Amino acid sequence: MITTPFDAIARRSLALEARLEFLRLLRTPSFAIPALMFPVLFYLLFGVLLARPGASGRAAHYLMATYSVFGVMAPGLFGFGVSVATERDKGLLALRRALPMPPLNYVGGKLAMAMLFAAIIVSMLCIAGAAVGGVRLEAAQWLSLLVLMVFGALPFCALGLLVGSFVNGQAAPAVINLIYLPMALLSGLWFPLNLLPAFIQQLAVLWPAWHLAQLGLAATGQGGEGAMSAHLLYLAVFTVAVGRWAARRLQREP
Amino acid sequence: MNRQTVAQLIGAGKKRGAVQALAEVDLTIAAGEVYALLGPNGAGKTTAISLLLGLLRPDSGEARLFGLAPQELAARRRIGVMLQSAGLPDTLTVGELLAQVRSYYAQPRSLADVAALAGIEPLLGTRHARLSGGQQRRVEFALAICGRPELLFLDEPTVGMDTESRGQFWQTIRELVAGGCAVVLTTHYLEEAEALAQRIGVLMLGRLVAEGSLDAIRARVGQRQIRCVSSLSAEQVRAWPLVQSVQREGERLHIVTPQPEPVLRELLAADAQLHDLEVQRAGLAEALQTITREAA
Repeated sequence: MITTPFDAIARRSLALEARLEFLRLLRTPSFAIPALMFPVLFYLLFGVLLARPGASGRAAHYLMATYSVFGVMAPGLFGFGVSVATERDKGLLALRRALPMPPLNYVGGKLAMAMLFAAIIVSMLCIAGAAVGGVRLEAAQWLSLLVLMVFGALPFCALGLLVGSFVNGQAAPAVINLIYLPMALLSGLWFPLNLLPAFIQQLAVLWPAWHLAQLGLAATGQGGEGAMSAHLLYLAVFTVAVGRWAARRLQREP
Repeated sequence: MNRQTVAQLIGAGKKRGAVQALAEVDLTIAAGEVYALLGPNGAGKTTAISLLLGLLRPDSGEARLFGLAPQELAARRRIGVMLQSAGLPDTLTVGELLAQVRSYYAQPRSLADVAALAGIEPLLGTRHARLSGGQQRRVEFALAICGRPELLFLDEPTVGMDTESRGQFWQTIRELVAGGCAVVLTTHYLEEAEALAQRIGVLMLGRLVAEGSLDAIRARVGQRQIRCVSSLSAEQVRAWPLVQSVQREGERLHIVTPQPEPVLRELLAADAQLHDLEVQRAGLAEALQTITREAA
């Protein structure tokens, strides 16, 4: 039986690992610029500047919740997917497993990175919504949106990890974009789903992004379809199932 | 070998795909010794190292590090590792990379000590992407030694280094070994094994076909080589007792014999004009050629 102590060394090391993982991606412009800037730029463009006059801020309100989902998907999908695929390819994963890296470090550091990016992205959207989108919420609603979205990044971390365990570093960005962008559209993150054909609306229950969006709309006082407990359950089951599948694949011998 | 064992393969076998990459290999590394694992490409060197590091699990037999399974963190906290490719993150600085790996150990070397030992003091603030190939290898070496390992794994450590860096690198290894660190080394440069190793294991098609001290391995090839400029014909010399083979290369004769002294007496007696005489013991390269030819 292999014992894996989570001792003082492991705890200190995990904190450093998380900080370095965040710094590493912050210094990677091809990740940091789209991940940090696109959600808020798109939001300002489609939710504020190009919103139909007379809709009285409804677009700004709706899109603040759904672009939060769009925003927190990126650090999960790209931060895990592309990094894991590349590190598996180039031998860094093997080196870290040979070194006495505490076993929680690898995924734990990346999780912390993704949640920190998620918090920054959602905060920027909230500031934009309040400052120029005319969105008015209770303090508790702002807070619940932030907490929801920070943890809402987790299912996408699991999905990114799974993609990273399948494809190589060269293919990873393309594969992840093929998941990210269609899922955003089909989950109603860019405009409400009732503008799309009925069968696409029916498919929406499949996508984790749709479930997180319903929770986000509910948190910001815009209803949201279906029972909130069902959305939470779906996201929890999705995260655990996909995460375990990915972990099993990564533990296989090369 | 009475000294404490730090790493061990016991009857270890491993299939990679359809190929038996390693078969029934017994290997013991003692505390403080430098053990070089040699053999042609595909002989199973990387598989053997991967078993000792816990990256692979043996299909049969066992791998042990400090008496524990290599997957145990407690065992790996006593080792340092330099693999053939590290793929370190480009956007982190050398200092950050060192801090990261130092955090895996209970009592790491100080940053200043590591930087001095690996010769990377001026690079600490540099991002990994800006390092040359040789500098990257030195940084990877620094990561390997930063935890004060009792056992250091070096897989082809000096590929991409120039001659001067390689000499400095060997000097550093000798200092670490003098301080009690054991080393498992794989290398394509035989002079590297000759410069550093006390014991050598030769892998061939997944089997350990020879093992022993550097001298014992060299002695596996009993012959000496005699070279000289002489007018004697190759056929004439070949007829003498104790002569294994004779070749003429231009004006030089190249004679291989297990016992050079009687052959030399005959040579000098038969050709008074003989000059430029050299007698050489076989080196590690010749020994390896012989061993792998016999094993194939």
